Amino acid sequence: MSQIVYQRSAGLQDVETHYCPGCHHGIIHKLIAETLVELDLCGTAVGVCPVGCAVYAGNYLNCDFIEAAHGRAPAVATGVKRTHPYLPVFTYQGDGDLAAIGAAEIMHAAMRGERFTTIFVNNAIYGMTGGQMAPTTLEGQKSTTSQLGRDRQHHGLPVRMAELLSTLDGMAYAERVCVADMPSLHKAKRAIKKAFTLQMQGIGFTFVEVLSTCPTNWGMTPVAAGQWVKDTMTKYYPLGVIKDVEGTV
Amino acid sequence: MSKELWKGNEAIGEAAVRAGCDAYFGYPITPQNEIPEYMSRRMQEEHRVFVQAESEIAAINMVYGAAAAGMRAMTSSSSPGISLKQEGISYLIGAELPAVIVNMMRGGPGLGTIQPSQSDYFQATRSPGHGDGRMIVLAPSGIQEAVDLMQDAFDLADRWRTPVMMLADGMIGQMMEPIEWKQRPAQPPVDKPWAATGQADRGHTNFVTSLRLDSVDNEAFNQALQEKYSQIREQETRWEEIDCEGAELILVAFGTTARIALSAARKLRQEGIKAGLFRPITLWPFPSEALLKAATQPGVRAALAVEMSAGQMVEDVRLTLCGAKPVHFFGRTGGMIPEPAQVAQEIRRILKEGQA
Repeated sequence: MSQIVYQRSAGLQDVETHYCPGCHHGIIHKLIAETLVELDLCGTAVGVCPVGCAVYAGNYLNCDFIEAAHGRAPAVATGVKRTHPYLPVFTYQGDGDLAAIGAAEIMHAAMRGERFTTIFVNNAIYGMTGGQMAPTTLEGQKSTTSQLGRDRQHHGLPVRMAELLSTLDGMAYAERVCVADMPSLHKAKRAIKKAFTLQMQGIGFTFVEVLSTCPTNWGMTPVAAGQWVKDTMTKYYPLGVIKDVEGTV
Repeated sequence: MSKELWKGNEAIGEAAVRAGCDAYFGYPITPQNEIPEYMSRRMQEEHRVFVQAESEIAAINMVYGAAAAGMRAMTSSSSPGISLKQEGISYLIGAELPAVIVNMMRGGPGLGTIQPSQSDYFQATRSPGHGDGRMIVLAPSGIQEAVDLMQDAFDLADRWRTPVMMLADGMIGQMMEPIEWKQRPAQPPVDKPWAATGQADRGHTNFVTSLRLDSVDNEAFNQALQEKYSQIREQETRWEEIDCEGAELILVAFGTTARIALSAARKLRQEGIKAGLFRPITLWPFPSEALLKAATQPGVRAALAVEMSAGQMVEDVRLTLCGAKPVHFFGRTGGMIPEPAQVAQEIRRILKEGQA
């Protein structure tokens, strides 16, 4: 007698994604999808997707979506949430989108304490455009625009967005997670679920930074890329809760 | 109904409130600051949305978000700020979202001056932002007309799913005039089945996007857009003609400059010189057909475009008349305002010198 032990989340649409083998976007989408289902938000949620690899997120997740201009997702989400305060609203942004071109929009959304959630996917590189250096690219890391490795004298050092944004009073909850193994993945799921839960309580801006892979542009196998997240990225980008004002507001 | 004395910027804000604007997003810039200032109080009184954004870029993207979620949203700015909004306007066009953008033009280029100008005509009427898009551009010549057109701006935006620009200048924003709040029949609410407001029991998700990666799809979208623009040209072109019948010279001017040109024409009537005024109200679509008709009447010797720029709308006048009549230009630029006497002198010169 057969029994269903695992199936596609109802929070995902029944389509194949375009993501590369070993890319973690698919896993992160799944965690959001499960969160939407478990909190019964598929019928009300509005997502805002970035310019970058996740530009088609609206085709994969089972909720309404808006595609924003590069970096502007937090402004677009502000327009949605302010006019529809009871809808769960979230942005899904990569590191080029959020930490480079969209630095002003994410900073000011956090300053205003906008009551939406941002899922920040940090893979330390520009994926869609072909592996250029991002503000999050690690020191010494090679990219197509830092071919000799990121040099602190020339490029400065990478930015820790979760810590930076947590200095702002409007930030209610910030946690950095990864999905490179099962224990991490469960923690990531809890963080995403908590962010959406807190958003619906209206306490402020909620932010989950997810360290992610880009095997294609890193020039690694999927397994080696996952290992690099755990061994190398987490040294500069420590995992854990950075800010949580729950109960203090 | 009795008349009330209103400052242009505040009247435009109030007109937007009365037109059912759900959300205003803006950033300070002179000479339009009274719009966000007025809206910050009035929108709160009406329990609607007002956000002072961190930049013009953020403001137009907040408009994009509110519009994508089905709301009547607007922003306002002045020339340098409108340059920053070009990206967002292109995305509004690409996602076919309705929105209203007010531009109280000032003299450029660069930081320029805060004095009135009409030098954003090209930017507004050619292709706002990148791509092959257009937007409806309304040009009021006074505060009463600005107030009346605000309702139309929101209605047109919803009807055609397009950004609509109110293109005025610092003169209209800063001066005061007596106006009347007209009671207008309420428009039926426009159904927005495409809006991203949560799928509920719709049975499918909505994805508001301007991305059509496959160029075959993107060309098809562009062709549909052009078809929409043809319909807008047919149905929404507006203009006004004053004393064009029997005129020897047709003045072509919009907004503030149209009033100056009209003063010049009236002055010349006393001297027996017949100049008529053709005033485009929609700058896009430009009223070409009507202008061609007015300017090719028997007796018309020439057309004279008057602008607060180095000559921008005059290109549309030349394209329209296409050699059928001589087209002259008179303009002041960089924030300077032409005087009626200067315009009258130019008309005398054109007609006397037989250049016409």
